[in-house]
Amino acid sequence: MSAVATHPIRTIAKRELSGYFASPVAFVFIVIFLLLSGFFTFMVAGFFERGEAGLLAFFSWHPWLYLFLVPAVGMRMWSEERRLGTIELLLTMPVTPWQAIVGKFFAAWAVVGLALVLTFPVVLTVNYLGNPDNGVIFAGYLGSFLMAGAYLAITAMTSAMTRNQVVSFIVSVVLALFLILAGWPPVTNMLTQWAPTWFVDGVAAFSVMTHFESIQKGVIDSRDILYFLSIIVFALFTTGVIIRAHRAG
Amino acid sequence: MIKVRNLKKTFGPKVAVDGVSFTVEKGEVLGFLGPNGAGKSTTMRMITGFIPPTDGEVTVGGHDIVAQPIAAKRLLGYLPENAPSYADMSVHGFLSFAAELRGLDGDARRKAVDRVIDMCFLEPVLHQSVETLSKGYRHRTCFAQSIIHDPEVLVLDEPTDGLDPNQKHEVRTLIRRMGEKKAIIFSTHILEEVEAVCSRAIIIDRGKIVANGTPKELKQRSEHAGAVTLRLLDGSGTSVKSRIDQLPGIERSVVVSESPLTVRAYPRKHDGSDELSKALGEVALKERWQIQELHTEEGRLDEVFRNITLPDTETSKGEKE
Repeated sequence: MSAVATHPIRTIAKRELSGYFASPVAFVFIVIFLLLSGFFTFMVAGFFERGEAGLLAFFSWHPWLYLFLVPAVGMRMWSEERRLGTIELLLTMPVTPWQAIVGKFFAAWAVVGLALVLTFPVVLTVNYLGNPDNGVIFAGYLGSFLMAGAYLAITAMTSAMTRNQVVSFIVSVVLALFLILAGWPPVTNMLTQWAPTWFVDGVAAFSVMTHFESIQKGVIDSRDILYFLSIIVFALFTTGVIIRAHRAG
Repeated sequence: MIKVRNLKKTFGPKVAVDGVSFTVEKGEVLGFLGPNGAGKSTTMRMITGFIPPTDGEVTVGGHDIVAQPIAAKRLLGYLPENAPSYADMSVHGFLSFAAELRGLDGDARRKAVDRVIDMCFLEPVLHQSVETLSKGYRHRTCFAQSIIHDPEVLVLDEPTDGLDPNQKHEVRTLIRRMGEKKAIIFSTHILEEVEAVCSRAIIIDRGKIVANGTPKELKQRSEHAGAVTLRLLDGSGTSVKSRIDQLPGIERSVVVSESPLTVRAYPRKHDGSDELSKALGEVALKERWQIQELHTEEGRLDEVFRNITLPDTETSKGEKE
């Protein structure tokens, strides 16, 4: 045994990543993400007609794109382990459950991150056409990546609940949809008609929209970062609780 | 190496394992027998730390599996039931992954992977993905994973399940050889396997240990154990039987078949001596019976197994209905 053994988190993340690329999951996700984000940015949002040197048209679709695509990436995370029975193998290795949870989460997050990186032509285009504020664009990417992480952590949680990937997918879409809608203007407008302001604000504070929008505008507020990180931590912690409960029978 | 004390597991109202205690030392191969649903797999899952016990404790090499799981799991190799493995990985990739998780790196990892590939005859399928393998290869891949770090303790849940007779033989030989230096627990349905491989066997039924001993000791619990079977070329059943019944120390005798004439004599005392067979030999000589066969029954494990576990499974069936 060598002195510096590879850390279990890295080993598990590496295996997961190779799993994503051995199956078409990663490729399908990346291609569809790129196609759809291109379509929405240029065709639906009218990127060129806007005449703005910015990527608002690009980022504003991310919450909706992720709604379906991120659960599709993450749905197999634990349900597949349970279906194949490999969870028994993994958790009787000398690793702690949280190492496995974090390793798997990082691998899936890296796939989403890679898809985001591959959208770089959009950044080049906008820089070629005008003089955008690249700081704002960076903030947009950061926010988008964090938001994807939050969805993914929720998907990790739902996939630990079941051995059925479809169930995991649907439940995580519903949860993610709730996080979007809670702060979506049509919903908040409807709420303001009968609910007190503090209630509307309270619900909206739970929404990814509220937090993503402010980051998108280039304001990197620690509260918004903290919001996404706390969703990730909470969902992964719950994943651990679910796995432990499942093992205890 | 393995100490199990008063282990209990309940799933809701169902008691799966009910107060199981035993120890396995280095150099021992413990066979774990029992009907389906007796609690074998559940016990093994608790020993390997996959599921926490409801009550009782397990220590592996002195480390409590609940309090110090990582230290205990380092010493363990485990082949779960149905030999799961990552379907999308190649055999080589899967074994490297297992080695890496076991803390093996670089050269040590390559050596460990090569060693188990050799031991489990995986060379021909090395770069095939696991999902394309036959059941036998898949099973051996998972088995290879369990011994990749040359563990001191091995827990094997039905290691020969789904293998063909040659593969079964290979795996048994492997287990027996490794059992000289390791503490091994394995479960099986195949009773001949227990006789061939185990130094000790435990029979478990409905969550409780119902028998614990060497295969030989267990066999002596069989009703035929110690009985002497005599087969003659000719003669009549009734006359031979009446002559045998006059022998001292005999309890009863039974004519098993008329042609060829086979009589089984049961001794009054089951002390493992060969007095009865000697006495029978002498009588045969005196009466000029022509002996075709004369042997003492060792007893049969499957019979012991049935006697111990059958009544229980029948009542449990009744309870369910």
